[in-house]
Amino acid sequence: MRFAVVAFPGTWSDWDCIHALRDLGQQAERVWHRESDLDGYDGVILPGGFSYGDHLRCGAIARFSPVMQAVSRLAERGRPVFGSCNGFQILCEAGLLPGALLRNHSLQFRCQPQYVRVERADNGFTAACEGGQVLQLPISHGEGAYHAAPDVLRELEETGRILFRYCDETGALSDDANPNGSLHDIAGVLNAQGNVLGMMPHPERASDPLLGGTDGNLLWRSIIERWG
Amino acid sequence: MGSSGSFKSFKADVYVTLKRTVNDPQGLTIRGGLHALGFESVRAVRAGKFVEVWLEAEDEAEARRWVAEMGDQLLANPVIEDFRVELRADAEEAPGGGE
Amino acid sequence: MALDHRALGLIVPDMTDADRWPQIDDETLAQIALSRDEYIRACELLDRAPTDVELGMIGALWSEHCGYKHTRPLFHHFPTEGERILTALGDENAGAIDIGGGWVAVMKIESHNHPSAIEPYEGAATGVGGIVRDIFAMGAQPVALLDSLRFGPLDDARNRRLCVGVVAGIGGYGNCLGIPTVGGELVVAPEYAGNPLVNAMCLGVARREQLISATAGPAGSKLMLVGADTGRDGLHGATFASVELDESSAERRPAVQVGNPFLEKLLMDACVGLVREHRDWLEGLQDCGAAGLTSSTVEMAERASAGIIIHTERVPRRERGMTPYEVMLSESQERMVVSVKPDHVEDVAAWFAQWELDATVIGEVTSDGLARVMDHDVKVAAAPVRMLTDAPTYEPASARDPDAAARVAFDPATLPDLAPAAANAALLELLASPNIASKRWVWRQYDHQVGTNTVVTPGADAAVLRIRGVEQALAVCTDGPGRAVELDPWAGAVRAVAEAARNVGCVGARPIAVTDCLNFANPERPAIYHQLRESIRGMADACRAFDAPVVSGNASLYNESDDGPVLPTPVVGMLGLLARPELAVRSAFRNEGDVVLLLGAGLPQPASSLGASEYLAVQHGLSAGPVDVDLEAERAIVNCLVDAVETELLQSAHDCSDGGLAVALAESAIGGGVGVHVRGDVGERLDAALFGEAGARAVVSASRDVVAELSALAEKHGVPCTEIGVVGSDRLIIADVINVTLAEASDAWENTLPKLLD
Repeated sequence: MRFAVVAFPGTWSDWDCIHALRDLGQQAERVWHRESDLDGYDGVILPGGFSYGDHLRCGAIARFSPVMQAVSRLAERGRPVFGSCNGFQILCEAGLLPGALLRNHSLQFRCQPQYVRVERADNGFTAACEGGQVLQLPISHGEGAYHAAPDVLRELEETGRILFRYCDETGALSDDANPNGSLHDIAGVLNAQGNVLGMMPHPERASDPLLGGTDGNLLWRSIIERWG
Repeated sequence: MGSSGSFKSFKADVYVTLKRTVNDPQGLTIRGGLHALGFESVRAVRAGKFVEVWLEAEDEAEARRWVAEMGDQLLANPVIEDFRVELRADAEEAPGGGE
Repeated sequence: MALDHRALGLIVPDMTDADRWPQIDDETLAQIALSRDEYIRACELLDRAPTDVELGMIGALWSEHCGYKHTRPLFHHFPTEGERILTALGDENAGAIDIGGGWVAVMKIESHNHPSAIEPYEGAATGVGGIVRDIFAMGAQPVALLDSLRFGPLDDARNRRLCVGVVAGIGGYGNCLGIPTVGGELVVAPEYAGNPLVNAMCLGVARREQLISATAGPAGSKLMLVGADTGRDGLHGATFASVELDESSAERRPAVQVGNPFLEKLLMDACVGLVREHRDWLEGLQDCGAAGLTSSTVEMAERASAGIIIHTERVPRRERGMTPYEVMLSESQERMVVSVKPDHVEDVAAWFAQWELDATVIGEVTSDGLARVMDHDVKVAAAPVRMLTDAPTYEPASARDPDAAARVAFDPATLPDLAPAAANAALLELLASPNIASKRWVWRQYDHQVGTNTVVTPGADAAVLRIRGVEQALAVCTDGPGRAVELDPWAGAVRAVAEAARNVGCVGARPIAVTDCLNFANPERPAIYHQLRESIRGMADACRAFDAPVVSGNASLYNESDDGPVLPTPVVGMLGLLARPELAVRSAFRNEGDVVLLLGAGLPQPASSLGASEYLAVQHGLSAGPVDVDLEAERAIVNCLVDAVETELLQSAHDCSDGGLAVALAESAIGGGVGVHVRGDVGERLDAALFGEAGARAVVSASRDVVAELSALAEKHGVPCTEIGVVGSDRLIIADVINVTLAEASDAWENTLPKLLD
C-alpha cells in the first residue's frame, strides 16, 4: 500500500509512523500539510505531535490546513484514514469523528505503556486481532480525555463504533486502568462508515521488538489486509 | 473580508468557557487550591480561555457578526465549549508589531 | 551617540591610572554585574570610556555565564583530546564525538538554575530550549534529553512548588519538540532549598560531514537572524545568572523568558534540514542564547578572527521603542544566527519561509576585527572582538572548608551498628527516601519514546538509544553526588565520573566522552573556590582513567540563597557506546532461578563505606565520613561489565550506589516483579554490609549455566565476583536479617513521590 503520512508544523510522530510502515514493506511518504492533493495514496496517517503548538486547542488550527480537504475526500471514497494522538484530536476538530479530547484528569502529561481492549475484530482496522484481545500500546499525551454528548456516546455504543477501550492487563475496565478520564474508557473511535479511526495510543511505538512490543503491527497488518 | 471603504477599529473580548456538562479538572484543582488557602466559601470554579481580538469593520454589526463567526469556526469548539463576546469601538492600540 | 573615530585597536596599557576614566556609579556597575576594576580594565583596553551599548556588551560577555571568569583557568586540567573527539573544549556550542560509520554524536549539558528559582515552569522550559539549540547549531539532530534536578526537601511547600513547576516545564517544552527525555536525576537536600539546580543535557547525532561551526566565516558573509522577533525579555539574563539569589530576586522576574516550543520545533527542523541539504550555502550557525545577539555574533566573529557589523534597526522587534542596547542584549528565545554566503541570502530566506520562519539580514562579517553596532547611521559600539571575548580571569584564594574537613574525618565505626531487628524498617525507610525512591512520577510526564529509538527507557542505570543506520547504540546518564563532593571535593568528583561510567557499563556501554555542568556557590569565597578547583581536578583524573575526555560543559556559580550555598554539585553527563542495541541489559531481574552475583568487593564491608551515604543521612541525620575511591577498581568493573554484556552472559546488571547493596537488590527485584534470596556472611558491620556505598560494585544476575564463564571473565579483569543468591519468590530476603515482601518494598519505593507531589 502507499500511505500518505501527513506532517503539520509541530507534528513529531511522522517519521515513527513511516518507519513502522516501511518495516512492514509498505510505501509511506511524508506529506507536508500544504499539499491539497492526495490522489494516488491508498490511505492516510495523521500522526502524533503538537500541531501548531497545541495553541488554542489541540488540532484546532491544523484542521484548516489544505491537506485536510484532501483527507476528507479520501475518507469519502472509503479509503482508510487513521489518526493517532494529535491526529485523533485533529480528526475530531475537523468533524470527521465525533467528540473532543480534553485535558487529562490528572492535569499531567502521561507517557506510559497502556493496555487497551479490542472491542470488535470485524473491522478493517482490527481484523488481525481477536475480539476482546488486550493490546499493549504506549500512550503519550496531556489532552486525551475523550468527551462527547450523552446522545453521541449512546450512538457510538449502539453502533459499535468504540473500537478500543482502556483496560487493565486482563481486559477489565476500571477508573485505575483509565489513564486520562475518558468517558466510557474510550481509547479509539470509528466513523459511521468504519474507514476513519482515531485513537490516543501510539501503535507506531509498539512496532519493533527492539523497543519492547509489536502489538501495533496488528493494527497496521489489519489495514494492509483490508485496504491493500 | 477585504479592506475597502471606511473602516472603524473594534476590540472584541471573547470568553471561551467549557459547557456546564463538561468536566473541568482544572477548575476543580483551582477550587482545591483556593480552599487550601482558606477561601472555604468557594463553591465552584470553572476555568476557561480569554481571547482578545483587535479588528476593523465597517460598523459594529459587521464586527459582531465576524467575531461570532470566528467563535463558531475556530475560537471555541462547539462540542465542549461556549463563548460570549464583549465588543467595543476600540480606543486602545493593538499590541505588537514592528516600528 | 557618535564615537570618536580614533583608532580603536587593542591597546594593553602598562600602567593603571583609574582617574583617567570617567566616573561611573555603583548602580550602573551592579546592573551590568561588572566590578569597578573590570570597568577600568575595559577603559584601558579600549583606551577610552565604553559607550552605553559597549558597556552592556562587556558586562554580558565578561559575566561568569559567558566569560567563565573563575573556571577558565581550571579547564586545562581536563583531558579534552582523544581519537574520537572532533571539537576542542569550549570552541563550539557543543562537543562532537566520532561514533563510527561516518556518524558523530554531539552533546552538552547546561544549567538554568537561577531562572528556574524565580519562575520554575518557564525557567526549566527555556533551559531545555537553550540546550537543544546548542545541539542543532552544530548541524545535529537532537535525539535525547536528560535532566539533572536538585531541590530542597519536598515536605516544604515552596520546594514542592519548584519541583512540580520544573518537571512540568521540562515536559511542556521537551514533549512539544518531539525529542525524548530519557533520563536524569532528582536529588533532594536541604542545601538546595531556595536555589534549585536545573541542568538539562541534550544529545544529538549527525553525519560527520554535516557538522557545522558557529563561525562568522570570511568577510562579506551575511549574518541572518532567524526565528522569534526580539523583545525586551531576558534583559541581563547572563548577568542575572552570575549573582546570588536573595529576596529581591523575585522582583527581577522580567529577566525570565517565556518559551515557545512550537517555534523551536520549526527552527530545529528548518536548521537541521538546511545543514543537511544546503551546507554549501552556509558559513556558520549559532544559537542566540545568553546575552543574545551580543554573545552570538561576537563569538562567531572571534572564531573567524573577523569583525562584524550589526544594524540594530534591521532586527525584527516584538515591542515598540526598543533601544540598540536592548536589541543587542535581549535574550528573547528561539532565535538563531546564520552566517550565509552573500549569493545565497535569498535561498536561505526562502528555505526558512517553508517553515513560516522569517530570516532577516541584520549584519555582515568584516575584516577589521571590530564588533560594530549601528543604529541607522549612528555608530553605537565599535570595540575589538578580542577585547570583548577576553574576559578577565580570576584564581581567588582557596581554603578547605574546616567544617567539611571535620566531617570527612568522622569515623562511622563510632556509631552503634544497625540492630538486625531494625533492618527491615531501615530498608523500607531508605526505599522511601526521595533520593532513592522511584522517579516514575517525574518521567511519566516526559515523552521518553518519541522517535522510536529509546531501547532502554528511564528508570534504568542509563538510557540506551538506537541510531538508525548505525550498528552501535548510545548510552547516556547523568550523575552528581553533591554530598560526597562537599565532604571531599576531589574524591566526590571522582565518584561522580565513576558512578556515571558504571551506569553506562551496566547497560553494556563503554564510556567515551563526558559533558559536565559545574554548579557551585560564590567562588570568591575560599572554601567554595577550593571545592570548585578540587572537583575539577577529580573529574579530570577520573575522566583520564576511563579515557573519556570532557567535550563540553557549562559553569553555574553563585548558587546561593538566603539559606546559604548549595552543595557543590558537578554534574557529569556520560556518553557510552554499546556494540549493538539488542545487547542492552536492564537493571531488573528477569527469570526465577537465575543466580545473583556481586561484582566488586564482597558482602562484608567496613564501616567507612558508610561515608557520605544515604543511610547516614536518613538514619543518623549525618553528612559525614570518608569518601573512598579506587579508580583502578572502577575501571576494571566497567570493562568487566561491558565484556559480560557483549558476550551475552548477563540477565540483569545494576550498580550499587545510593543505599548500597540492599537497595540495589531491592530495585532489581521490584523492577522485575520477582523476589530474591541472598545468603552470606555480613561481617562485623550489618549497616555497612547492607547500605554501605563503596564504589566499584554491581549486582548482576545470570543463568546458572554461565556462572563459571562469568566468574572467569571477572577474574580476568581482576574483579571479585561472589555468588550471593538466587532470583525467585515474592520476597526480598537478605542474609537472614532482611525479609520483606516485594509488595511492601515496591509500595515504599513507588509511592513516595506521588504521595509527596500529587
